[in-house]
Amino acid sequence: MKIIVAGVEKEVKDGITIAELIRQENVETPEYVTVSVNDEFAKSENFQTQTLSEGDRIEFLYFMGGGQ
Amino acid sequence: MAFTNEQLERYSRHIILKEIGVGGQKKLLNSKVLIIGAGGLGAPAAMYLAAAGVGTIGIADADEVDLSNLQRQIIHATDNLGQAKVLSAKETINRMNPDVTVNTYRTFVASDNIMELIGDYDFIIDGTDNFPAKFLINDACVMAKKPFSHAGIIRFKGQLMTYVPGEGPCYRCVFKNPPPKDAVPTCKQAGVVGAMGGVIGSLQAMEAIKYITGTGDLLTGYLLTYDALSMEFRKIRLPKDTSGCAVCGDNPSITELIDYEQAECSGV
Repeated sequence: MKIIVAGVEKEVKDGITIAELIRQENVETPEYVTVSVNDEFAKSENFQTQTLSEGDRIEFLYFMGGGQ
Repeated sequence: MAFTNEQLERYSRHIILKEIGVGGQKKLLNSKVLIIGAGGLGAPAAMYLAAAGVGTIGIADADEVDLSNLQRQIIHATDNLGQAKVLSAKETINRMNPDVTVNTYRTFVASDNIMELIGDYDFIIDGTDNFPAKFLINDACVMAKKPFSHAGIIRFKGQLMTYVPGEGPCYRCVFKNPPPKDAVPTCKQAGVVGAMGGVIGSLQAMEAIKYITGTGDLLTGYLLTYDALSMEFRKIRLPKDTSGCAVCGDNPSITELIDYEQAECSGV
């Protein structure tokens, strides 16, 4: 199935979980990433079980602490 | 307040803009912006706001100018080494624009001083480099109903978002709690291109100018990310539902400010 990851269409296996997608996308500091699915926050405790569907839009939001 | 001839000339490129004009320039001259952190983000933000004629600029920072700062903190120069950053910044602003009153606060922000610091200001710019400060600024601005611009930069990447009370998610809606100490790299550990502060800090100044003059659409409800290596800007829509947020939600569990443990490399 096709999903949109960070604005880019990707082919992934049917019923992929958020945790699997995080691994597949080599997300930096995966323990601390915020994930939104179709403009809703996904709860991190559900990453292992929440599956994605055709056409879902996923965003990874990262901590960025620098500034000085 | 009538403009002097010098002011009409100085701000002529603003005044000619239909979105700003005489009225908008007056708003800028009557406005007060607080910049927390006179570093990579705060330096360009402060300089563009000073040049724009923001009438009162507050600068809070406890540090002194260090040689390793000068690669990006363009409000400071080589002859400011060792000087308090707030004083170095004030000198630069005074040279740029005599219309600007600069208030300096040589302190780190903490739960016992931030409400007083932000109280007098119309808009706050988070130019800090550590998560305890970023969460503190967010929570204080939510509690005091103050708009602010959050930003972060590292390596070749940067991001920012704007919070306006009642108009969308706050920083904690997105990021919940600070990561543990040293879990996420700091600029000192990971490096940052100096121009990144210029890009993102200038965008923070732009958000302040738009807020003050009531012009255009603010970055509320969005996170703007910038990747310099791929040369991509992305405006990511944030979830609208803020009701469950621990600080800005309907039943906030955080009602007092929190001093989180400072990260190892903070304040550098």
